[in-house]
Amino acid sequence: MLHVARKAFWPAPPPFPFLHIATGWDFSAAITYRDCIAKALGLDLIVYTNEEGARRGVNPIASGSVLHAQVMSTEGLKQALSRGGYDAAFAGARRDEEKSRAKERIFSFRTREHTWDPRNQRPELWNLYNTRVAPGESIRVFPISNWTEFDIWSYLRAEEIPVVPLYFSARRQVVTRKDMLVMVDDDRLPVDPGETRELMVRFRTLGCYPLTAGMESSARNVDEIIVEMLGSSQSERHGRLIDHDEAASMERKKREGYF
Amino acid sequence: MPSERDGANDSERSLLRFITCGSVDDGKSTLLGRLLYEAKLIFEDQLAAVARDSRKFGTLGEDLDLALLLDGLEAEREQGITIDVAYRFFSTAKRAFIAADTPGHEQYTRNMATAASTAAAAVILVDARKGLLAQTRRHAYICSLLGVRAVILCVNKMDLVDFDRDVFFRIAGDFKAYAADLGFAATVPIPVCARSGDNLTWRSTRSPWYAGPAVLEALEGAGGDEQAADKPFRFPVQWVNRPSSEFRGFAGVIASGAVRVGDPLVSAASGQSARVARIVTFDDDLPFAEAGQAVTLTFSEEIDLARGDVLCPPHDRPDFVDQVAAWLIWMTPEAMLPGRSYIMRTGTMTTPARVSALKYKVNINTHEQLAARTLGLNEIGYCNIVMARPAAIDPYSEIQRTGAFILIDRVTNETVGAGMIRFGLRRATNIHRQTHAIGKPARSRALNQKPCILWFTGLSGSGKSTIADLVERDLHRRGYHTMLLDGDNIRHGINNDLGFTDADRVENIRRVGEVARLFVESGLLVLCCFISPFAQEREMVRSLVAEDEFIEIFVDTPLAECERRDPKGLYAKARAGQIANFTGVSSPYEAPQAPALRIDGLGETASAAANRVIELFLDAQARSTTSP
Repeated sequence: MLHVARKAFWPAPPPFPFLHIATGWDFSAAITYRDCIAKALGLDLIVYTNEEGARRGVNPIASGSVLHAQVMSTEGLKQALSRGGYDAAFAGARRDEEKSRAKERIFSFRTREHTWDPRNQRPELWNLYNTRVAPGESIRVFPISNWTEFDIWSYLRAEEIPVVPLYFSARRQVVTRKDMLVMVDDDRLPVDPGETRELMVRFRTLGCYPLTAGMESSARNVDEIIVEMLGSSQSERHGRLIDHDEAASMERKKREGYF
Repeated sequence: MPSERDGANDSERSLLRFITCGSVDDGKSTLLGRLLYEAKLIFEDQLAAVARDSRKFGTLGEDLDLALLLDGLEAEREQGITIDVAYRFFSTAKRAFIAADTPGHEQYTRNMATAASTAAAAVILVDARKGLLAQTRRHAYICSLLGVRAVILCVNKMDLVDFDRDVFFRIAGDFKAYAADLGFAATVPIPVCARSGDNLTWRSTRSPWYAGPAVLEALEGAGGDEQAADKPFRFPVQWVNRPSSEFRGFAGVIASGAVRVGDPLVSAASGQSARVARIVTFDDDLPFAEAGQAVTLTFSEEIDLARGDVLCPPHDRPDFVDQVAAWLIWMTPEAMLPGRSYIMRTGTMTTPARVSALKYKVNINTHEQLAARTLGLNEIGYCNIVMARPAAIDPYSEIQRTGAFILIDRVTNETVGAGMIRFGLRRATNIHRQTHAIGKPARSRALNQKPCILWFTGLSGSGKSTIADLVERDLHRRGYHTMLLDGDNIRHGINNDLGFTDADRVENIRRVGEVARLFVESGLLVLCCFISPFAQEREMVRSLVAEDEFIEIFVDTPLAECERRDPKGLYAKARAGQIANFTGVSSPYEAPQAPALRIDGLGETASAAANRVIELFLDAQARSTTSP
C-alpha cells in the first residue's frame, strides 16, 4: 500500500500522514520495520494507542481476544480518526480475505460514529467513485481491494519491496494455543515450563502477536512463499484467531468500526 | 488494482472480470461455489466454515451448500438471497478471474448494472425446466446496455430434464434469436448441472451429445476482442503534480489509446496544444504508454490544464459539449425528476447537471418504450442531460471511460444514477425560448400535412439530389408543401464560411439541422441532400425533431460507381490531390446502420428509388393521421 501510494504521487511525496494503531501487543519486529521505513522514506508517521484502554489493563491474554480487539484496535482507530479529523483513511484490506470483505466497497462510508451499514452502500460503477461526505462523516478507502494474496506476493517480488522478516520462515519460539502456533515474542505471554518449542514458522498476516497464529513452513524468501501458497489449503485469515470467535464476526466488527 | 495492465502478474495471465446473472432459484451462487470447489480453489478452513454453516442455514440437508461460500452478509443468509454484489477471485493456469455475483430480481437491477459496468463477460443462468424467462431477457438487456460483449449461457439443472438435448438446443436457440440485436460479440450456450458439477470444469458423460467447452474453458477463452489501446487517445487529468517549481506534470490513468513522447496533444476544453516531453512514472520515464496505465505527463510548451480536462490528439477529439443524450439507470427510491440539479461525475470532472428531457423509459422485460415523467428505482430511461459546464465526452459504445457518468444527489450525497452517453448534443442552453400562440400543430393543420425531414445521405455523386428532385416533384404534384435543402446550394449561402474539415462538416450539418428544424416548425416537408458523412451528426439532427419527423434515406452507391459518374469532376480533382478532405477519398463516410430506407444506387433507377421514398413517406403520413 505504501509503495502504491509513493508511485501514485511520484515525484511528489504522498500528501498525507501515515497512521499506526499500536495495541501494545504488536510483534516487536513489525514495530522495528515500521520505524525503519518511516525514517528511510521521511514519512509523516503518527502512532496512536488507546491509552484509556491500556490504563484499564485491557490485554489479549486476560481480557480475551474479543474485548481486546474491540477496545485496542477498533476504539483506538476511531479515537485516532476523530482526533485527526480525517475525512478519508486508506487501508490495505482486500476482498479475497473474508466473505464480508468481498462485499466491501472501494470507497466505504462511515457515519460520524464510524459505523458501517452494509445494507446501505453506494453503488460503484466503472472507475467513477463518489467521494462526497457530509461534515463529520468519513471514508475508508481500499485501493487494493481487488488484489489477491497471490497478487500481493507477486507484486512484492516484482517491485523488490522489503517486508517484515516475520513473513519469512525462521526458527522461532512458539507455544500451542487453541490448536494454533503462537510465537513467544516477549515475556508477557504466560508459558508453562517446557511448553516452548522451536519450530520453522512464518506468518501470513501480522496482528497482535498472542492472537496471530504462525504456520510451519520452510519458505524463507518471496519465491518460496509463492510456491508454498500455490499449494496451500488454508486461507490467509485462518491465522487470525479473532475471526473464529463466531460466524460473521468480521462483519460485526466492521459495522462497529474495525478496519 | 489488477486492471488489465497493472496487475501483479499480468505478464503471465490476462485478467477476466465477469458477472453471473440468474434468479434466486437458478442456482447461481451454487454454480460459482461449485466452480471454485471443482477448480480446487476453496481453502480447507473456508470449507469447514461452509460445513458448519450448511447445518445451520443450508437447504440441502447433509450436503455441502456451496452457495454459502458466497452469501456473505448475515442478513442475506437469513433471507436466503444475495442482496449485493459479491466479488470472488480465482485463477487457473491460463487466466485470473474476478467474478461478480449479483441478485437477479428486478428490484436489484442497480446491483446488476454495477457489477456489469466493469465486466467483460457475463454468465447467464437459465433453469432448464423453465427456459427463457422475462428476467433472462432483462439480464441480457442490461448486460448489453452496459457494454458486456461475451455471454456464456448456462442451461442449469439439466439433471432434472434427464439431460435432454432437445430441451437444451431449444433454449439455446431461443436465446440466440432474442439476443440477435443486443450486440454481443459471442454467445456460448452450455448444458450444466451446478449441484453436481457437470460441464463446469469437466465434460459430463451425461451429455454425450454436447461437444462444446465446459464453463471454465469458455471463461478462459472469453472476451478480449476489443482493445482499449487501439482507440483514440483519451487522458482525463486527475491531478496536477507540482512538487517544486521545476516540475509540473499532469497525472492520470490513460482511458483509451496510447501516447508517445513527442506526440502533440490538445486540451479538449481550450484547444490549447503542446507536445509530450516526458511520460513520468516512479520506476522510470517511458517512451510509450497505453490504456490502463497510470502516468504523469509533462509538456514541452506551457499548457493550462486542471483536473477534469481531457487530453486528446488534435485530429481525433472527443465532443466538448454541455448537453448529451444518454441512457440513465436510476438507483435510488427517490424518483429522478427532470429539471432537478444533480452532481454529475464523468471522467475526472464533476459538475452540476440536470435531465432536460426524459424521452421515454424502457420496459426492461420487453424493451417497449413507455412515456414517462420520472424514473423510479431500477428504471432505465433515455434522456437529454444538460451540464452546468461543458465536458469532453465520447459515445459510451466507442469509449466507455469517457462515455460513462454517475449522478449524485446534492443533499444525501448518494449515487443515484448511472448513465451511458449515446452522443453529444450541440445546443444553445442559456437562451430561453419564447412561446408563441401559433405553433407547429397550427401551422401544419393550415397546410393539411404532417411536417417531417426526409434526410438523404450518401457519397458525392451517389444520386441524392437527382432522387430528391424527383421526390419533390411528385410531392408537389400531390399537393404537399415542400422545401429542398441541397449541400452545394447551402454552402453558397448560409454556410459560405465553412470548409471541409471534420469540425466544419459538423458545423455544416448542425446549421442545416437547425434550418431544417425551422422549416419543420413552419409545417413543411423538408428534403435534405447532404453527404453528411458522420453518424453522430445525423443522430444530432434526428434529435432536433420528434422521433417520427426524421426519415433517413441512405443512397448506397459504391465509391467506384460514384467515381465513374463523377458528375462534377470532383473525384478526379480529389485523386489528383487538388481537393483535401474529400469524402470517400481522403475523409471517411460512416454508413447508416439502420436507415429507414436504403437505396441501391447501382441496381435501382432514380425514378424507382423516388417511388419507394414516396411510398415510405405516404405510409408515415397515414400512420400519423391515425394516431395524431
